[in-house]
Amino acid sequence: MSDVFKILGERQPVKRDAERRGHDEHEEKFIPVAAVSERPLDFAAMRARLASSQGKRFWQSLEELAGTPEYAAFVAHEFPHDPANDAVADDTTSSKLPRRDILKLMAASAALSGLSACTKLPVEKIVPYVRAPEEIIPGKPLFYATSMPRARGAMGLLVESHMGRPTKVEGNLEHPGSLGSTDIFAQASVLTLYDPDRSQVVVREGRISDWSAFLTAVANARGDWQTSKGAGLRILSDASTSPTLGAQMKALLAMYPEAKWYVHEACGPANARDGAKLAFGRGVNCVYRLAQADVILSLDADFLYDGPRSVRYAREFADRRRITGPQSSMNRLYVLESTPSNTGAMADHRLPVRCREIDGFARALAAALGVGGASGAAAPEGLPAKWIEALVRDLQKHRGAGLIVAGDSQPPSVHALAHAMNAALGNAGKTVVYTDAIEVTPDTDGMAELASDIDAGAVTTLVILGSNPTYTAATDVGFSQKFGKVPLRIHFGLYRDETAELCHWHVPEAHFLESWSDARGYDGTIGIVQPLIAPLYDGKSIHEMVSVLMGKPGNSAHDIVRDYWKGQRPAKQTDKQFEDFWETTLHDGVMAGSALPARALPVSLDFGKLPASGNSGGLEVVFRPDPTIGDGRYANNGWLQELPKPLTKITWDNAVMLAPATAERLASQMGLKGLANGDLVELGLEGRKITGPLWVMPGHAKDSVTVYLGYGRKRAGRVGNSVGFNVYPLRASHAMTSGTNLLISRAGGKQVLATTQHHHAIDRGGEKVEEESVAAFRREVVRVGTLGDYRSDPNFAKDPEEATSRDLTLYPNYDYSKGYQWGMTIDLNSCTGCGACVVACQSENNIPVVGKEQVIAGRDMQWIRVDNYFRGNLDNPETYYEPVPCQQCENAPCEGVCPVGATVHSPEGLNEMVYNRCVGTRYCSNNCPYKVRRFNFELYSDWTTQSLFGLRNPNVTVRSRGVMEKCTYCVQRINSAKIESEKQDRGVRDGEIVTACEAVCPSRAIVFGNINDPESRVSKLKGQSRNYSLVADLNTRPRTTYLARLRNPNPEIGES
Amino acid sequence: MAQIFRHSTNLISRLSIYGAAFIVAALGYAVYGLTGSPYVTDVNVARDQPVPFSHKHHVGELGIDCRYCHTSVEQSSFAGLPPTQTCMTCHSRIWTNASMLEPVRASYRDDKSISWTRVNALPDFVYFNHSIHVAKGVGCTTCHGPMQEMPLTWAANTLQMSWCLGCHREPEKYVRPKEYVFSTTYETPSNQLELGRKLVKEYKIQILTNCSTCHR
Repeated sequence: MSDVFKILGERQPVKRDAERRGHDEHEEKFIPVAAVSERPLDFAAMRARLASSQGKRFWQSLEELAGTPEYAAFVAHEFPHDPANDAVADDTTSSKLPRRDILKLMAASAALSGLSACTKLPVEKIVPYVRAPEEIIPGKPLFYATSMPRARGAMGLLVESHMGRPTKVEGNLEHPGSLGSTDIFAQASVLTLYDPDRSQVVVREGRISDWSAFLTAVANARGDWQTSKGAGLRILSDASTSPTLGAQMKALLAMYPEAKWYVHEACGPANARDGAKLAFGRGVNCVYRLAQADVILSLDADFLYDGPRSVRYAREFADRRRITGPQSSMNRLYVLESTPSNTGAMADHRLPVRCREIDGFARALAAALGVGGASGAAAPEGLPAKWIEALVRDLQKHRGAGLIVAGDSQPPSVHALAHAMNAALGNAGKTVVYTDAIEVTPDTDGMAELASDIDAGAVTTLVILGSNPTYTAATDVGFSQKFGKVPLRIHFGLYRDETAELCHWHVPEAHFLESWSDARGYDGTIGIVQPLIAPLYDGKSIHEMVSVLMGKPGNSAHDIVRDYWKGQRPAKQTDKQFEDFWETTLHDGVMAGSALPARALPVSLDFGKLPASGNSGGLEVVFRPDPTIGDGRYANNGWLQELPKPLTKITWDNAVMLAPATAERLASQMGLKGLANGDLVELGLEGRKITGPLWVMPGHAKDSVTVYLGYGRKRAGRVGNSVGFNVYPLRASHAMTSGTNLLISRAGGKQVLATTQHHHAIDRGGEKVEEESVAAFRREVVRVGTLGDYRSDPNFAKDPEEATSRDLTLYPNYDYSKGYQWGMTIDLNSCTGCGACVVACQSENNIPVVGKEQVIAGRDMQWIRVDNYFRGNLDNPETYYEPVPCQQCENAPCEGVCPVGATVHSPEGLNEMVYNRCVGTRYCSNNCPYKVRRFNFELYSDWTTQSLFGLRNPNVTVRSRGVMEKCTYCVQRINSAKIESEKQDRGVRDGEIVTACEAVCPSRAIVFGNINDPESRVSKLKGQSRNYSLVADLNTRPRTTYLARLRNPNPEIGES
Repeated sequence: MAQIFRHSTNLISRLSIYGAAFIVAALGYAVYGLTGSPYVTDVNVARDQPVPFSHKHHVGELGIDCRYCHTSVEQSSFAGLPPTQTCMTCHSRIWTNASMLEPVRASYRDDKSISWTRVNALPDFVYFNHSIHVAKGVGCTTCHGPMQEMPLTWAANTLQMSWCLGCHREPEKYVRPKEYVFSTTYETPSNQLELGRKLVKEYKIQILTNCSTCHR
């Protein structure tokens, strides 16, 4: 087969050096499994290479910089694993087929494909309602407002429902925590709802039981609790913001005064809470007003990505970086961080600093800012003094318009110092607002206390509501060992997980899309959680569970929530007025005026009593929740597992991440020539040991190692089981976010990591083109300048030859001046690389999950990908994100090569993909310079699992094996909006059609619309001088164009 | 050495070569004919239904409007099939003892849907929208045939792509004034082409033949 493709390959207009080289060298050799090199990475060579390009070169990975043959071979092959020499999927086909057999097979399949048209349609049934519900019009979706409860603040959602099936999640425009956008977790929640691995029955000691048996068991135990005032009763739950649950908890503790309610969050805000207590003497909820901030300093805080608040913050941040012309201004972001993060990638100045040294920096900064009482602490060595001085001046210049944010990984002292500095700079009350805590559950992590209670034999019943402590608890607590001593253990959760396994009872929990509740958003705004569907597996809501514990098993969650709010109504409100209020709240998804009031809190920080800086000696290890599966609770979600992590592009795995310099040092310590990505290493912390694959992360702080929590689950389900390695065993209660004196040694062996960094690589010219030449500039896929550059030359990103080359084509120009002409812009200045667009597209367009092996083979199916480019040196490169969907070329290279007309152009400028015509030649993908086409090498879509049928968007075909697919600007949404407008005899309004990626984007980086309408948002954006197209020299004339990224460095520091 | 083949073999071989072309063509024609035939398409074949519902009686004789039962035809892609409740609006009063209607009563009594057999079916990769066709002056009977004459319902057209394209390419041949869209007695006027062209302009009917109009 490779011969066939070689011939075709030579007919392509774009020839890559690497392509030919790859074919010559690897003609008969086995194609490497992935671009990840077997041999150690040669950092010295990379540095030399970077030095020669004077820091202007963009690079995607260390392998690319090193120019390893494995990398060259991987990117050279269109499909690294052709079925003909496929060693991954099936060993029996790995021998190459002779050319004659190929021709015979081709002839036979051509003949047979004609016959496939002669099928009779199967007989279908239509099953109408007996009594039709009033609102449902078959074929038209309904949208319901609800909220996704999360520990740090709920996110308001609008959920699309087709005939009672929730299929797609959108943000609720009215909800302050959403503003119409969502994040990856909200998008993927609908897959969890239909997850066939969810717990489906009540289980008693490993056997199927039922709800009534459980009620009997609780009723029996209740007798004891009543006599002992609940002395042996302990409840452990996740943190919750539900006012109703708060009231229930109070009532329960009043009923059983000796009982205790503990909270356990694996990655909770313990440091932030303790920091607030240091500064204010009480816990607070910090609401950042990034829209008011001109200068922002992040102390290891990934506020643009981490947690549900990032959606709101990303919008406010991006709004302050919107460029309409040279007169526009931008905020400035300084970031100090140990682990490269999305926030760090957006920074104008970023310093990689070890997690534990940031405390010292914060003290020095506080001293430099003259924060009362701060001693003359010196900044840790190695930090550029000029940088700090400039930062201090910048913050002082923007009093009341600056903001200092401390991250969860930082100790309480850093949080306290951030509060003190914000107060001293006059930022408090302006860029940061304090309110009462939004959580209703206790704000301390109760694991240690609970464990000692168990040791003392004080616990007779432990009810675990949603939490999974045997997987997530700190190792030194020894919870898993002690847990077994509790005489009655009850678990309530979505999955029969590691903890449920060890419990006497397990009760399935209703998903939030199946249950009634309420939840506070980031600023305290209350949203009602209303169900979209009746519980699929007869799960119960947490309110029903607590009600059962209180001896009221008959109460439904709906009644509990509604009665709570009825009890809260003002005295004068009539029943009718309450009904109206309730209906309005359900309809809008938010309770009007329920945001918590801002509190003016004086900082009373005694610097003398500030806890001493923690030990920072030796190699440090930083624990962070995984960017896509969180603390492990989303481990069984295929969309999230297959979503590439923002900076490493690793899917289906976690890794031991460290800086190139650290890798070099460790290699020489180990007496090795070098280390390579995927080498298994053993991490030892205070005698605790884990093993995982290595990943050298450019821009990581030196002498620091980051590991993501959430992997290595044993009872997550068929998707999340035995994926990655479990990091929790390394954690201890004194080392929850970081630890020191980490020992690292080579464990021997390698693991292939499924990184998509090299997949679908756009040919950026490589070394053929001279730097600084026009040809090189036209191939520059990421265009970046500073705000200063832009003001002096607004056309810095413009393609010098675009206008002249436009008509250089052999084909007659099509007249696109009439009707709707769809186009899109992606503003690189706004994109934070969060990946929400990827999951939203997957949800909207029924895109399958393929699994780790197929991802390694380069067969990931996501239609939009977020490319990741580095620029600059290895130790602190700039990072740029670039989302790439189908570019909808006006001169589409894919169309001409399709032998069956399965991809054709519409008069509205869409590059259409007709699945039912596609015979799977893959010529189109071969010819696509942007590499945005995805081929169903196998039957990836699940055509058998019943529960997943409910998930599918009925307006998009579920593709089968052998079919090419790609982005079509959500043509189903375009058609439906056009039909509605035609029926009303009007044109489609700007903003009426919102593609899935545009709708979800927290920073509003993606804008779609009609480019023939000069007033449309997209036309105006395309009119900006920052507008450019990718690989413009091919004259494909893409409809998707990009707006150049601008940086706003402090002139005192200059470009770092 | 004696020749293996006689001279006449030349003729036979020529005939069979040229003949093969005809045979292939004939085969192709047969397959084409077959795919369009009622054997494959079930056009004009009345379907058995759980209740022998007669459009002829309800529409032709009683004159009930299409939209009385197919309520969502003007709003949605799907025209809608009536819930049992719609049947019972009349049949709780008339023909209350008819054995033929027992499945309807049973459905209402037991709250169990009636499972009708689909008559006009499209493949799953075709996304047809009733509401826009109705809004642009395509009459019900244009596609569904003389419903008022069907005692048991059958499909009047193949609903194959070439048939769809017939109208999508030349809508003027088929459109009718909007007020007659739901009429079953409307007859194509002799000046259809002239009227059609006028209506195409008036209703802003577009020639939509690009793939994503129906496939996505």
